[in-house]
Amino acid sequence: MTGNLAVIGYGLAAIGPGIGLGILFGKTIESMARQPEMSGQLRSTMFIGLAFIEVFGLLGLVTPFIFP
Amino acid sequence: MIVRFIAAAAVLLVIVLAARRAKLVPGRFQVVVELVLDFCRRQIAIETLGEKLGNKYAPIITTIFFSIFFFNITGVIPFLNVAGTSVIGLPLIFALWVFFLYVGAAVKKLGVGGFLKGALFPAGVPKGLYILLTPVEFLQVFLLRPATLTIRLFANMMAGHLLLALCFSATSFFFFSAANGMKILGVVTLAGGFAFFLLEIFVAALQAYVFAILTAVYLQMVLEPDH
Repeated sequence: MTGNLAVIGYGLAAIGPGIGLGILFGKTIESMARQPEMSGQLRSTMFIGLAFIEVFGLLGLVTPFIFP
Repeated sequence: MIVRFIAAAAVLLVIVLAARRAKLVPGRFQVVVELVLDFCRRQIAIETLGEKLGNKYAPIITTIFFSIFFFNITGVIPFLNVAGTSVIGLPLIFALWVFFLYVGAAVKKLGVGGFLKGALFPAGVPKGLYILLTPVEFLQVFLLRPATLTIRLFANMMAGHLLLALCFSATSFFFFSAANGMKILGVVTLAGGFAFFLLEIFVAALQAYVFAILTAVYLQMVLEPDH
């Protein structure tokens, strides 16, 4: 078997943020549908949450540069 | 490196041109720049930090937003294909700037002891949990916040650049060097390249917005720990 273990590692690492992002955006859309007047604040909080979750996905992209 | 000079010169040029003959009833260019400045002040600084602190920190947050946006957007401009923030140095400088900003602001307002107490021992937690919470908070405040700011900006820009390069080189390969049956795939990769180009513009603006709003959030978390 040939190939790169790092690619499998990144694939596994992308599961978590994928689920997390799905839950985040789903809940935000649901909350916006229940209370449209809060859309602005919900949108701001959503962007902050997006930033934190995406870090874990992007760490998988950056680790080959840290451990060459 | 030259790209970063060009981006920095562009930021200065835009702001100086907008501010030079600022009229009371603004012309079109001034309206656009004022829109961005008002967005930063109202939607980022005042919404997160409140009226007084928001107005105090609005200039820094606006500078961060504007300059990161310009450094990101050079990644899609045709002859400057590299984003200034896609090498580790520039995001690191921005993250260190934000780190010293919030540590300095908190130490100036609360004193070193007050800052450490408010940040490492958050209120409203049962006494026993501090053994677990304080090391995590210490790592968070002093190590993880600057590190994640850096990695977020750097990796987003680098990934976007890689995707664009991949799509366009695949298009060139399919059109020029592939066997005759495969040439049609070049159209698919060209469409993909165009889509990723638009996505890159969106991601450039989004990452600038996220960096600015995280600056405001971190400032709010250290300056008003009981909020």
